[in-house]
Amino acid sequence: MKTLSLLILTVIAGAVMFVSAAAAQVTDWKQIPIPTLPTFRPKEPKRIELQNGMVIFLTEDHELPLIDGIARIRGGSREEPANKAGLVQLYGETWRTGGTKNQTGDQLDDFLEARAARVETGGGTDSTTIGWSCLKEDLDDVFKVFLDVLRDPAFRPDKLDLAQKEAIDAISRRNDNPLQIAARQAAKLAYGADNPYVREPEYSSIAAVQQQDLMSWHKQHLYPNYIILGITGDFDLAQMEARLRQAFGSWAKGPAWRNPHIEFHPAQPAYYLVDKKDVNQSNIRMVGLGTTRDNPDYYAIEVFNYAFGGGFSSRLFQDIRTRRGLAYAVGGGIGTAFDHPGLLQMRLGTKSGTTVEALQALYQVIDDVQKHPIDEAEMKRAKDAILNSFIFNFDTPEKVLRERMAYEFYGYTADFLERYRAGVEKVTIADVARVAAKYLHKEQFPVLVVGNSSEFDKPLSALGPVVPVNTSIPPPSGGKKPAALERGNERKH
Amino acid sequence: MNSHRIRILAVLFLLPTLAVAQDLATFEKHATLNKLPNGLTVVIYERPEAPVFSFFTHVDVGSVQDPLNKTGLAHMFEHMAFKGTEKIGTTNYAAEKVALQKVEEAYSIYLRERDKRLDRDESKLKQLEKAWRDAIAEANKYVKPNEFGQIVEAEGGEGMNAFTNHDETAYHYSFPANRLELWAYLESERFLQPVMRQFYDERNVVIEERRMRTDSNPIGRLLEQFQTAAFQASEYHRPTVGWMSDLNSFSATDADKFFQEYYVPSNMVIGLAGNVKPAEAMPIIEKYLGRLPAHGKPDERNTVEPPQKSERRVVLQEMSQPLYIEGYHRPDYLSKDDAVYDAIADLMSNGRTSRLYRALVRDKKIASDSAGFTGLPGNKYPHLFAFYAFPIPGHKPEEMEQAIRAEIERLKKEDVTDEELKMIKTRARATLVRGLSDNAGLAQQLAFYQARYGDWRELFRSVDRLEKVGKEDIRRVANQTFTQENRTVGIIETAVETGDGKGDAQ
Repeated sequence: MKTLSLLILTVIAGAVMFVSAAAAQVTDWKQIPIPTLPTFRPKEPKRIELQNGMVIFLTEDHELPLIDGIARIRGGSREEPANKAGLVQLYGETWRTGGTKNQTGDQLDDFLEARAARVETGGGTDSTTIGWSCLKEDLDDVFKVFLDVLRDPAFRPDKLDLAQKEAIDAISRRNDNPLQIAARQAAKLAYGADNPYVREPEYSSIAAVQQQDLMSWHKQHLYPNYIILGITGDFDLAQMEARLRQAFGSWAKGPAWRNPHIEFHPAQPAYYLVDKKDVNQSNIRMVGLGTTRDNPDYYAIEVFNYAFGGGFSSRLFQDIRTRRGLAYAVGGGIGTAFDHPGLLQMRLGTKSGTTVEALQALYQVIDDVQKHPIDEAEMKRAKDAILNSFIFNFDTPEKVLRERMAYEFYGYTADFLERYRAGVEKVTIADVARVAAKYLHKEQFPVLVVGNSSEFDKPLSALGPVVPVNTSIPPPSGGKKPAALERGNERKH
Repeated sequence: MNSHRIRILAVLFLLPTLAVAQDLATFEKHATLNKLPNGLTVVIYERPEAPVFSFFTHVDVGSVQDPLNKTGLAHMFEHMAFKGTEKIGTTNYAAEKVALQKVEEAYSIYLRERDKRLDRDESKLKQLEKAWRDAIAEANKYVKPNEFGQIVEAEGGEGMNAFTNHDETAYHYSFPANRLELWAYLESERFLQPVMRQFYDERNVVIEERRMRTDSNPIGRLLEQFQTAAFQASEYHRPTVGWMSDLNSFSATDADKFFQEYYVPSNMVIGLAGNVKPAEAMPIIEKYLGRLPAHGKPDERNTVEPPQKSERRVVLQEMSQPLYIEGYHRPDYLSKDDAVYDAIADLMSNGRTSRLYRALVRDKKIASDSAGFTGLPGNKYPHLFAFYAFPIPGHKPEEMEQAIRAEIERLKKEDVTDEELKMIKTRARATLVRGLSDNAGLAQQLAFYQARYGDWRELFRSVDRLEKVGKEDIRRVANQTFTQENRTVGIIETAVETGDGKGDAQ
């Protein structure tokens, strides 16, 4: 071993001899040559659409002896009934832990862990997922489990009960961390408290979910035409395609998918206060509705966001953090999402005694970006940052696959990234100024403050109307009490 | 059933052997170790898939090295390493340098008055504070704020960040492959001539970081108190972020001294992974990072924690849900039993087959999460092996204590099963393989293992060591470590309502 390292050292020492001593002369980073980046075309996944509408993406990647797959299935918590909020979360958990007709979840755990393999399921806002990861030697075994969980889950009641207990615990803890309160309440102010994207499970809605609900959900959503499956790893493409065609080819198609209609109703502008006695820092969020990524404004918004609230160079970071030292965490911008308005948000955390001062500073930065729009130099930095780091959107086969699956899921074209690059390149300072004027109306934005009001530098009422926010957790009401609460040291609120 | 079981066993026997042979041998072909004449170590892993690379600069200094009364200084310097150099971040360094010296003079005069025990003159103090703040305003005139970070971002840097813990400080980001020379220049400048500009504004930023992570978060508050109780002599009793009064006192001069002592090439290892050809890269790296002046390794001595004599307990009354944690002193990472502790952590905590999940979450249904882990708050020096559990509503921390203790007793009295032992070992190999596909993770692992063991191959050998752990080792180490007098307990209890609404958990 020692000889080997010595050998390497000698080789390197040899190389070093060729270097000129001119290093110390470099005085400006701009003098450093930047060669052209070699053209890099990532391996595009192969897209297969089965007769029954199931879409499959496959990428061979032989670097390591691993195979990973993930299926995304249409339908998520935004579609669950309000009185059963949390259903999809419980479904996503119990789908795997509740086992299959043939094996209990515990048996699956033992079987998979012995192979250091995983089959996992989950519930999200617009989709549910089921995926696996295994060493390539174990593909037959693990794929069999994957299929079994996909098609024949049992949703055993003991595991639903366990998932309910965990959900109840999470509800009971949701006000312990001020950052978590701020994130949740800010989204409610922007989207409307009852909006399905921000609705939270409660004790009663968790307790209302029965095994039958999970089974019905599964039955209503497990159709091949609702599924996008992506696989990367050390396999042979033709063999994998044959395996998948055999597994899924004869599966009957379901009814055509229809996206739900969802409305967004931002709260009235005011200062919404969550008064918390046990903190010495205020979490401030100023929010509004963003937009979607198919909006022609998207590229200008991306550039604006970078210059305004993105990186080290951004106005918010430079002013609130670097110049004033008012915050550690500060940032924000006009949020975008694929199929619904993103969250427009400016956020910061500052000590209780500078709460109003920081808010006023934030208003100033917003006013300033209207009066002194993002200039050429700022725009160039923002574009450079986006375009020079562009390669990191597709530098691994997994990232490429994930992106393609997202475009497929939301009905975007496969060349979305290419269009993004071209779109950003074309943005002008007039475009950036225009989106700033169009989307940033601070007088319309509700402001959330999670903090200890007794320590504020000035009362929030000095700025405008204050609305106290009640974050207390509604106790379980009527119906069946969740078992976990029956022994009850849960206090009344 | 029988044939099924045999098949599992066959897979288990085959798999690890296959994996070892394949991994280290293949891996070694792509890795090179380089030591520059100034003492800097560079490990490169060539992974030509995409034209990008990641680096990880590991500096062998953490908050354990914070000077007395200056806790938080290692972390503070990490923030300052983004403030630029004599060439980056300034409009006129010569003038700025003079102005910064004046800031330091004004601050030390102000501090002397501020910290007087007797006869402090409040009006004089106000004047001195103003003089200090005026000096800062003067120095700030020359600043091009955040220029260092701006360059990295505009040139396509991805994931630029840094962290400090008790054991080490690290800096990292990824770049497109054509920026290797720019990276080498920037990283060398940063550690050749960092300038302590805007120090006192940044100190306020760090204080906000403390408020966010510790003061305004019940779990943060508990962990700080818990660690402080568990360690009395060792520097591990101090929080990395620093105590508030130290944060409000240390100076740019202190940070500069700290830098001079610890940021020396012999104390640094850089890991690079990605589209980097060693034969082309090393001359460039040598050209720039070879400029860091050679210097002996700093004094490594620290205070050794004496054996604990009795159990310690910290109970916080909080307006939050309860939490239970207990920790036991164990030797440092170089201990011959290090792999045994890893095996125990995996057995107790990893996934749904783990003992604590099965006992506390699945069977007793008293906790939403429970695990045991090693390395609190670091592992370079003797530290803690800790267990924790989050009780679900209706259950109390004492029940967590009893249930965890029952699982510990099982470890002490009964041998783990063959299946469990094999599972741990298979999992360790698979985790290693899974970690090899990510440039940033690889750069970090290589730098870390090279710095800690003097050989990056220990990344693979640590799995070999785990392979040798036997049932008797687990019982022996459990009996040795998990004893009452060696234990510290930390509990969050939900505060009882006082009637004035103050104890009301929201």
